[in-house]
Amino acid sequence: MQIRPILSTLRHHKLTATLLTLQVAFTCAIVCNVAFMVAKRVQRISVPTGIAENELSVIHSVGIGKGENMQARQTTDLAALRAIPGVRSAAAVSYSLPLNQNESSSGICPSKQALDRAIQLNSIDGSGCVQPALYDGTPGLIVTLGLHLVAGRDFLPGEYVSKGKPAVAIVTRALAEKLYPGRPALGQNMYDGDNFIRIVGIVDTLLRPALRKPGVDADSMIWPQRPDDTGVTYVLRSAPQDRQRVLTAAEAALLQANPNRIVDPQQMQTYTQIRRGYFQRDTTMIGLLIASALGLLFVTALGIAGLANFWVQQRTRSIGIRRAIGATRGDILHYFQAENFLIVTAGVAIGALLAIGLNLLLMTQYELPRLPLWYLPVGALALWALGQLSVLSPARRAAAVQPVVATRSV
Amino acid sequence: MLGYYLNLALRSLKRTPILTGLMVLATGLGIGASMTMLTVLHVMTDDPLPGRSAQLYTPHLDPLPLEYKLRDDSPNPTDDLTWPDAMALLKAHRGVRQAAMAGGSLLLWPGRSDLRPFYVNGRYATADFFALFGVPFERGGGWSAADDAAAAQVVVLTETLARKLFGTGNAVGQTVRLGEHDFRVIGVAAHWVPKPLFYADQTGTQYSDADLFFLPLSAAVSQKLQVSGNRSGWAKGDETALTSANMSWLQFWAQLDTPAQIAAYRQYLVDYSAQQKALGRFQRPPTNAKLYSLMGWLAHENLVPNDVRLQLWLALGFLFVCMVNIVALLLAKFLRRSGEISVRRALGARRRDIFVQLGIESALIGVAGGALGVAIAQLGLWSIRQRPDDYARLAQMDASMLLGTLMFAVVASVLAGLLPAWRACRVPPALQLKAM
Repeated sequence: MQIRPILSTLRHHKLTATLLTLQVAFTCAIVCNVAFMVAKRVQRISVPTGIAENELSVIHSVGIGKGENMQARQTTDLAALRAIPGVRSAAAVSYSLPLNQNESSSGICPSKQALDRAIQLNSIDGSGCVQPALYDGTPGLIVTLGLHLVAGRDFLPGEYVSKGKPAVAIVTRALAEKLYPGRPALGQNMYDGDNFIRIVGIVDTLLRPALRKPGVDADSMIWPQRPDDTGVTYVLRSAPQDRQRVLTAAEAALLQANPNRIVDPQQMQTYTQIRRGYFQRDTTMIGLLIASALGLLFVTALGIAGLANFWVQQRTRSIGIRRAIGATRGDILHYFQAENFLIVTAGVAIGALLAIGLNLLLMTQYELPRLPLWYLPVGALALWALGQLSVLSPARRAAAVQPVVATRSV
Repeated sequence: MLGYYLNLALRSLKRTPILTGLMVLATGLGIGASMTMLTVLHVMTDDPLPGRSAQLYTPHLDPLPLEYKLRDDSPNPTDDLTWPDAMALLKAHRGVRQAAMAGGSLLLWPGRSDLRPFYVNGRYATADFFALFGVPFERGGGWSAADDAAAAQVVVLTETLARKLFGTGNAVGQTVRLGEHDFRVIGVAAHWVPKPLFYADQTGTQYSDADLFFLPLSAAVSQKLQVSGNRSGWAKGDETALTSANMSWLQFWAQLDTPAQIAAYRQYLVDYSAQQKALGRFQRPPTNAKLYSLMGWLAHENLVPNDVRLQLWLALGFLFVCMVNIVALLLAKFLRRSGEISVRRALGARRRDIFVQLGIESALIGVAGGALGVAIAQLGLWSIRQRPDDYARLAQMDASMLLGTLMFAVVASVLAGLLPAWRACRVPPALQLKAM
């Protein structure tokens, strides 16, 4: 296969070939970045929460009666909920659950020195203190959520308080390592302002209610504080397929136990729905990104095929002459394939540079990380394949041109 | 002559139906995607109160202590005003009209057995609120400054809520139980929901929220009604009283008609801050006080999510690639017709004539692509309306956007045709004719 005749032909179609090269380059640049953004979003939405997601359902109730004893109310409610067939366990929390956006957090320091440093700096940053998400709840929360205790124990019944601050806590492994790097965290006393909180257990993972950035998303802490507001969120654990039925039964059971309340249907969800709701924008974005990347590739394929088609028509006579003087069908086929390969190669070469430039732009505007370089060869391979596929049909039409065409005038 | 060119263009396009189809499809996809996102951006950054927004301004003070550190993940306390500051601005009366306000969510007890109690969102405001924003009334009206001073338990309902509670009967004069207090209905406001709800606290969902009731701010404070929205405090220890001088939670808007009034108000804010600083309450420079216009405030709040901007750039990038594609295809197509063009040139057509003829052909592709683009954009907007985002339901194309889409498509395709047409009309006729 000789490259020189191809190059000299392309020189005749300088402008058109340049435009096609540019199109390939822009497609390559955009598709590489889009693929990277998709990968980032997929990574974001598949973060584990650490709880038994597909077995949980959540129902929210606000008491509207006056002067009710909230503790008694919760005990009765939980008994009624546990009596629902299919409910394996139930617990109440004030409002926080992983990925439900209702976060309460507090500055926690590993030692008195760190606390003093934080006060002196008037900031958590740089003091060694951390701002974990705080989860509260009734006894049975650890079991209901299906949290995995890797050290220590669950809370004892006597440790639960309704008013004021508890003296013990269970922290996530990530938080334990951040507070006490290289030291056993179990049994340590953390400082929450002037109070001590002793770590009695460590769970593997428990995500925050609202994600911030990867480094702090797993900093959570559970403490044995019973919910004490009129609004309370009940968490129910059941078999995955029972969840819808359990929720309906739970609403009826709660209203039967005490009709003086509001059960908002909007806040009656399986945990799967909560998770989907939290990441809805990301899933939409993934869909849009994929659609636009496919659209771009499609338009580029159309462009390559359309132009190749045109060139084949235009050169029918010269193809006939080449065939008449001894070129095989294969020669003609390879000619067009090689021509396409040259254009796409030039395109991806420029495209790789554009992709990096675009990535740098996106990094300043959208806090996107640096594009890993291996995306570029993969993108190049994809465009080569796309180019060869779209040129195949016109090239075969060219190969089918009869040598006799040479003798006719076009 | 134009008819003749049109005829020629149609013939030429018909001769290569697949290529024409491809170009129309590429234009349609690019224009459709771009217009979908441009429409979303257009409705999100639209003027919420046309005709009135130019006179509306919101003052902002900086009462934060020097050592206070702003955090990325929590709201800026200076976005709202404290109770003492808002009351001082109100009392100074430097605007034509002014009102302080805050959001509230209250449990409403309908006096009917067939309706269970439910939560409603509304606004606690001072008397000028209705005149300031031009809230239209169906019956009755707002309350007076005297009602504000007396913390009167009166309420204005919106027409939707009044109908839900009292059917078609007259709601004015009736009593509504909100939270634990009875309020007398003194007015029914017609449906009035600015999009976005610019005067609300910026932590809410401003494109989907609506106020269903309005009641005096003084009544809300004296009855300690539930305030929704952000409350930022900066005192040592917990200080949560609404009247605290160290907690911001109120929004404030004023009507300023002339540039002189605006300048005077700006100066007043600086003077007020300086006076507070002299008293030892403020610590930061008095020039931190700001006065935003309505549209300026919306720009400052930056309500358009990053994802939407990214989607717009993606769509425009897509359009750009489509257009490069069309330039290449048109170029190939026009150059292939060098023979025909040369014959026309030889018969007396000027370069300009050829250029116009080819331009019309590109414009025709633009018209067809634009029509397809409108259809694709409608589809795209429909899919956006299915999203649960708070701005989703606004995603509608109005007549101006519709016309704009077609114009956009024609302009884009004519631009795409410029280079190929220019190249084609510079073909030397003699050379071509010889080769034929």
